[in-house]
Amino acid sequence: MHLMYFTEQPMAAYDAKEGLKYGATALTFSNSHYDPVEGSRLYNEYLEEYIMADEWGVDGIMLNEHHNAPFCMQSRTNMFGAILAAVTKRAKIVFLGNPLPLADNPVQLAEEIAMIDMISKGRVVSGFVRGGGQEQLANGVNPAYNRERFVEAHDLVTKIWTEPGPFRWEGTHYQHRVVNPWALPVQKPYPRVWIPGVLSRETVIWTAQQRYPYIALNTAIDATKTIWDTYSKAAKEVGYDAGPENFGYLIRVHVQDNEEKALQNARQFMWMQGEFTGLAHPVWANPAGYFSPSGRRGFVEFAVGRAKNPRGQPTFEEQVADTMIIAGTPDQVIARLKHLIEQTRPGIMGIWGNDGTVSKEDRRRCIELLVKEVMPAVKEHGKSLGLKDPWEANAPVHLRYSTDIPVQRAAAE
Amino acid sequence: MPSSVTWNETSMPIAGTKLHLMRAGSGRPVLVLHHDIGTPDRLPFYDTLAQSFDVLVPHHPGWGKSERPQWLRSVRDIAAMHSWMLADLGLKDVSLVGLGFGGWIAAEMATQSPATYHRLVLVGAMGINPPDGYIADQAIVSYLDYPKAGFHNQEAFMRVYGDVTTDQLEQWDICREMVFRTAWKPYMYSQTLPHLLGGVRTPALVVWGDDDKHVPKSAGDVYVKSLRNARLETVAACGHYVDMEKPDELARLVLTFVNAN
Repeated sequence: MHLMYFTEQPMAAYDAKEGLKYGATALTFSNSHYDPVEGSRLYNEYLEEYIMADEWGVDGIMLNEHHNAPFCMQSRTNMFGAILAAVTKRAKIVFLGNPLPLADNPVQLAEEIAMIDMISKGRVVSGFVRGGGQEQLANGVNPAYNRERFVEAHDLVTKIWTEPGPFRWEGTHYQHRVVNPWALPVQKPYPRVWIPGVLSRETVIWTAQQRYPYIALNTAIDATKTIWDTYSKAAKEVGYDAGPENFGYLIRVHVQDNEEKALQNARQFMWMQGEFTGLAHPVWANPAGYFSPSGRRGFVEFAVGRAKNPRGQPTFEEQVADTMIIAGTPDQVIARLKHLIEQTRPGIMGIWGNDGTVSKEDRRRCIELLVKEVMPAVKEHGKSLGLKDPWEANAPVHLRYSTDIPVQRAAAE
Repeated sequence: MPSSVTWNETSMPIAGTKLHLMRAGSGRPVLVLHHDIGTPDRLPFYDTLAQSFDVLVPHHPGWGKSERPQWLRSVRDIAAMHSWMLADLGLKDVSLVGLGFGGWIAAEMATQSPATYHRLVLVGAMGINPPDGYIADQAIVSYLDYPKAGFHNQEAFMRVYGDVTTDQLEQWDICREMVFRTAWKPYMYSQTLPHLLGGVRTPALVVWGDDDKHVPKSAGDVYVKSLRNARLETVAACGHYVDMEKPDELARLVLTFVNAN
């Protein structure tokens, strides 16, 4: 199993009352409430924590990107990736991921990721995402072409990494007459690509068709199993059987030496779910054209307040009961996680350890306990369950490199 | 009487897709180009015009009952498709009545064919970056708030849409998606249109509601200044959707202007 540490890197150092007063803590919540001195402090603290996690032996550090919102300080995932490439020694740098549709120049994105892969000596996992609706609005990117841009940018980036330049790219959304960057990833054929997601069935199927692992972001156990079923069916249709190496799962886990403190800090996971922040208008998250037409009817009803959020809005207690949030001492947490991996059988696991205003001392203790005690126990149990990650399973980086599919093998020969 | 007007619905093959067209009345041909939020099938404004003219109300490609051309990218593409439709119908001396977003399309049609049309009526037309203020950004407001903001008097909104159905909300989402597909950046205007309006020979009437919260009137002033032969009429106590809020007043303005020698 591959176990990685994640945090949204919350920018919690602002006056929470201001967000509640304004009624939104995303997109249009004014950056006049942003304090760069506090921002500087938090960036450096988070960076130190990643270095600690690396030194304590974490398998991977998962990074993401969001815009115009206090719930996540990463406005450019490659920035922290580049820093970690230089200051960490062994952990994989797992981008989950670069929002491809936001790129007006995917060639530059391919260059940046290649640079980070070289500087890190081949430790990059290059996840890609569509980016949420608000990310499109915050960057002035057309949500109606989000999926088209995602697929086209992916095809261009992977072509850059696998075919010699110079070549021309005359696509629908991207046109480049001289594609020939002098920066290529050190990992061949190219860094592993994992695709994280929450809801979109289309993305699950596309991911299975590429044979990329799909990372379910904090979905409930039942929803996770549905995603696996969809993935497995799509995998079978293109000729392979999906296994644990194709599945990843991000789960919120907060661990402390005593249960009471762990539960108290774990409440901070609600911080970005509307109780403290994360307030936003539904049309920001799902601008027209962004989401699947099959969900249009349900969404418009939700957007005008006639229907409940299709994702639901469970309370903290319900999320703890449903194993969507795990909190406690190492022994308690290990027991819950063992149960969870027995149920969902992932080969990759992201542990989202801290959120909101958890103190520096508690964040660091949590990471230490996770990396030194929880992760090794979960890995051991995963091993007994046969849960292999993509490296252990020697999984192909993409479907086209499969050696267990007759058609692919013939094409390769 | 408006209720006696019979509308014929047809579907025309244009540019590889089907364009939906509603047509009623007889007399001089008048092409009415609807708003960004689409159009109800019937409106008192359309019925009144059809008492005096051969009125054509197409659904823009991708809006309402018209098929979506996947390749469609710009308002000029929409303008070209409507011009194609008029050519297929063999209509001459057509007057264009463009409502809001449809006003932008009408202006594009006029610049592409500067001596073809009989009259040009632009009502709260998008298409120009207002020198004072901004065109309202529908991407960040709800499906209800955006159309409501287009009315000065909310009773007028209720008269047209009543208690909004889920079908209507869904239609507005589709309309919004089409706006994004064709007018995302720059949002709802063309940087080159103001430079091309000077060629238009067609006499133009520019109409603005005095409480238009979607398109500032300063854009209307640019239209009047840029076109060779244009004047401005302001409708009092009226929002962006003049055709729905003050249908009789707009119909009277159009009737007089189109029939004037």
